[in-house]
Amino acid sequence: MEPASTAMTSTPMNSTELLLKLNKVSWSAGNRLVLNNIDLSLHRGEILTVIGPNGAGKSCLLKLALGLSMPAEGRVWRAPSVRIGYMPQQININPYLPLTVADFMQLATPKTTSPAWFLGLGRQHHFSRKAMLNALAEVGVEHLLVQPVQQLSGGEMQRVLLARALLKQPDILVLDEPVQGVDVSGQAELYGIIKTLRDRHGCAVLMVSHDLHVVMAATDLVLCLNQHVCCSGHPELVSQHPEYLRLFGPTAASDLAIYTHHHDHHHTLHGDPASCDEDCKHG
Amino acid sequence: MADWLWPLLGGLMIAAAAGPLGSLLLWRRMAYFGDSLAHASLLGVALALMTDLPMGGAVMAVCLLVALLLSKLLDQPEHGADTWLAITAYAGLSMALVLTAAHSDDGHGHALEDYLFGNLLSISVEQLVAMSIGLGLILLLLWRTWAGMIAMAINEDTARVDGWPTRTLRTLLLLLLAGVVAAGAKVMGVLLISALLVVPAAAARYISRSPADMAIRASLIGMLAVGSGVTIGVSQHLPIAPLVVLSAMLALFLLLLRRRLLG
Repeated sequence: MEPASTAMTSTPMNSTELLLKLNKVSWSAGNRLVLNNIDLSLHRGEILTVIGPNGAGKSCLLKLALGLSMPAEGRVWRAPSVRIGYMPQQININPYLPLTVADFMQLATPKTTSPAWFLGLGRQHHFSRKAMLNALAEVGVEHLLVQPVQQLSGGEMQRVLLARALLKQPDILVLDEPVQGVDVSGQAELYGIIKTLRDRHGCAVLMVSHDLHVVMAATDLVLCLNQHVCCSGHPELVSQHPEYLRLFGPTAASDLAIYTHHHDHHHTLHGDPASCDEDCKHG
Repeated sequence: MADWLWPLLGGLMIAAAAGPLGSLLLWRRMAYFGDSLAHASLLGVALALMTDLPMGGAVMAVCLLVALLLSKLLDQPEHGADTWLAITAYAGLSMALVLTAAHSDDGHGHALEDYLFGNLLSISVEQLVAMSIGLGLILLLLWRTWAGMIAMAINEDTARVDGWPTRTLRTLLLLLLAGVVAAGAKVMGVLLISALLVVPAAAARYISRSPADMAIRASLIGMLAVGSGVTIGVSQHLPIAPLVVLSAMLALFLLLLRRRLLG
């Protein structure tokens, strides 16, 4: 696939290609309105982060985008034959299921070429060991290939899930709280990796976070959600928006400044310096 | 040829099919599913007694219908999965008891008893042939859909996003399970058939490194248990089905002990 470390320079140029669009989408659980009149569009090469307090409907929004649930009103449009890599908020693999990382990755996608009769239903697409190692290396965990998945730490599991999603060469990565259960320095690293993956693969990223001060530096666009769209746009603009400040308090904006600075100095995981300059051009 | 040879073969086949299905049940945290299907399947016995339909066919039909019903019910948010399973089990069981009682008891009562406690030795060659065809088909389908079944056991949401046909596979799993329960009910009895699904798989867990590994070892442990149950039962004139279950339990205990001792 792609060479490992020098690909940072290739900024995806066709960033106008629309991959996902939510048009006036509403969703309710029972008679409680969870999401009201949501508009969202995601283009190739964009990182869009949905932030919001607990119960804002962030995960619901992702499930609608993924087609896991259907909107009560409005329309969800995905580009034809778009490939989606999904990383759920928490994946509790049953301890009874003896599964290595390699086995787990092999199940990333079914065979699509098999004849459409019913015996072809559950066949897997076979990934080579090399392809799996490449994907794991991209997120820095190639040593985990033969580990049982139950022995992975939170951060390792998140990376394996990312690598597994990469195997499919996705057009969109959908990540629900990707840094959950990861310590603070690991969080910055993970967000850095997500950004790098976007640059290398030219995919779009749609992610959810409630950890706004960390995510602000790692995203192109922010959608601030509290059952409706409070505000959306570039992180700097959103962080000055009165609705945002009301929701998260006035310290949130200064957190951003602190974090941006920190991030500048942190990007040496893969020996890739100056990534911040590069990424700022996307915005 | 000894009269226990056919029953032994029948039991071995059931155990072979129960291995992978039981493993899937454990992975999906659905250990009580077999139990529910088995209890509800007694309704098939009762209907067969009333209408003189062939017993095996009636039990199989009821099992498959209950499985389809459950695949719909489990999606209904009014109750959790465990509650739906209990409701289905006792509804089927109660209907069966009422129907058999209402139909009077001209010696048919022991047919119900055969199904409650299992009667491996009463199995006929024709039943055995039908069973082997059915179980062969079940194993073939499982083999063909195995990867998708595992993907779903890991997480149904990710499986669906990844493009696995989750709805179809889930219904198929329930139907395959119904097939094994219906075929096994006569052999192991509805009270104990679920044990043959769950216990060998739980035992196999201690010595397995991959999902397929666990499925195959669960089959082998189940088959060993059937072998020992039939041998002891025939020679000591004891009921076979509980002996099979106890043998599987012993295997589970020994493997657990081994795991504990070896760290």
